[in-house]
Amino acid sequence: MKRVLWILGGTILIAAAIALWTASRPVSWSEQEIAALRSLWIGSLPPLPPDPSNAYADNPQAAAFGQALFFDTRFSANGKVACATCHLPDKLFNDGLPLAQGVGTTTRRTMTIIGAAYSPWLFWDGRKDSLWAQALGPMESPVEHGGTRTQYAHLIDEQYRAQYEAVFGDLPDLSDQTRFPRAAGPVDDPEARAAWEAMTLADREIATRIYVNMGKAIAAYERLIAPGPSRFDQYVAALLENDREAMQSALTKDEVAGLRLFIGRADCIKCHNGPLFTNNEFHNTGVPAADGLPADDGRASGVDQVIQDEFNCLSQWSDAGETGCADLRFVVSTGEQLAGAFKPPTLRNVAESAPYMHAGQFSTLAEVLQHYNHPPFAPLGRSELEPLGLTAAELAQLESFLRALSGPLNTPAELLASPQP
Amino acid sequence: MKKQTVTVIATSVITVLVVLAAIIIFLPTLGPRYLHPLMMGDQPAPTSLDMSNSRLSDNGLYRVSWASDPSSPPLNQIHAWTIHIETAEGQPVAGAEVSVSGGMPQHGHGLPTNPQVTQDLGNGDYLVEGMKFQMPGWWEVRFDITAAGQNDTIIFNLTLK
Repeated sequence: MKRVLWILGGTILIAAAIALWTASRPVSWSEQEIAALRSLWIGSLPPLPPDPSNAYADNPQAAAFGQALFFDTRFSANGKVACATCHLPDKLFNDGLPLAQGVGTTTRRTMTIIGAAYSPWLFWDGRKDSLWAQALGPMESPVEHGGTRTQYAHLIDEQYRAQYEAVFGDLPDLSDQTRFPRAAGPVDDPEARAAWEAMTLADREIATRIYVNMGKAIAAYERLIAPGPSRFDQYVAALLENDREAMQSALTKDEVAGLRLFIGRADCIKCHNGPLFTNNEFHNTGVPAADGLPADDGRASGVDQVIQDEFNCLSQWSDAGETGCADLRFVVSTGEQLAGAFKPPTLRNVAESAPYMHAGQFSTLAEVLQHYNHPPFAPLGRSELEPLGLTAAELAQLESFLRALSGPLNTPAELLASPQP
Repeated sequence: MKKQTVTVIATSVITVLVVLAAIIIFLPTLGPRYLHPLMMGDQPAPTSLDMSNSRLSDNGLYRVSWASDPSSPPLNQIHAWTIHIETAEGQPVAGAEVSVSGGMPQHGHGLPTNPQVTQDLGNGDYLVEGMKFQMPGWWEVRFDITAAGQNDTIIFNLTLK
């Protein structure tokens, strides 16, 4: 009997010692892992890249003007839609909807503006190659703002003349409404399109110049919307200073385990890399088509559109010389890898960015991770995903890590609302 | 056998059994990475790879070297390379036709861009614009070189951090 007690006691003691040793062993990262963590850290975010296509990109007056335009619902077909209708500052410049709602319903989810200035390609399919060209897309889309460029030119003339002229110089005389109809533009609406085609080339260019300048002002504003540090960033900062205590207070054990998976076996870092957690390229992850929508070919169409876009970096409206347009000049325009490929969105604030994917197909992070763990066949093209073989516990760790990527904007509060007149 | 010896042996055996059982029970939480390094996600690049940036082409016709601007190729940023081509004897090769391709052998995808030689800088130097790498890891960059009717290929390896 005594011997059994000894054996039992010894076993418990040794097992306890092993458990204690395992638990108290500090989390250690290899040199390679630390390099990966540093590359994701917000401290590695470089200064805003210049936008050679927009001579006003860093002009504060242009940004103030752009901020006013961003929140002004008069720039729409029904007087109710502004950029801020889908890009809500209090929802991290998102709208929380599966499909964006303007004057109609689009076929894609709204993308955030936070950090967008770092991307050479805009929209899920990269059909625009600058912030200013992007801003002009929804303005004439029949389901977003739904207006026309002469309508907007008249609005600038009537509401923003001084602000416009302070940045862009004299506004041409638009008072002759036979030359500048109230509603004319290269849009879907047949009447507005006919009115546009009836205008002289010179007058169309006058209207387009004002339109382009609106885009450049909005872009100057959007460049100021920057992400702030999350608990993950505090963790990396502490790690780089070898401050164990600060590391432990920044992330829980589960979050750290999730982080290890993120940069390791789960392969997330392949596409969600860099301090914005996106490589801004295009990948087919085989996300199923949204209910009621046909399969979306993504980048395959997007690349054709950006090459033909009247506002691309090589267009007459761009301020860049050819050398400033490397991304467009050397773009991959053909190949099966473009079919059904979409841009990985930033994962900063991903917990507050539901629903997920290009048409809001998944409503929770758990569903997203399940998709990556058991990737289905792609509805179009070939999925780049391989099954991950992660357990339910590991998926939960990954999810808890993703939730540690939330942080406040690094943007002054006065930029997050319509400017005070 | 002494009683104490039996006690010690039994204790050890039971401990081993308990620890093994615990590992098996908690394997889903721990993940298999503790068992074998090969299970730790991505396969590492083969260790025998030649990572040098100055090499002889496949058939030994040309010695080629590359330099990136910035000096270590950046992640997710379009940038330019300069390549230098000379004959195996060290004579700069002028007027070469060069095409550029590449990709990640372990992932089966190519470069995210379509880089091109845009300028013959003279003295065997050529400007390659449009280089971009969008993932960390092992990349191959391949140059097909034709000069004076003679064609040869060279593949460089590099690891992006």
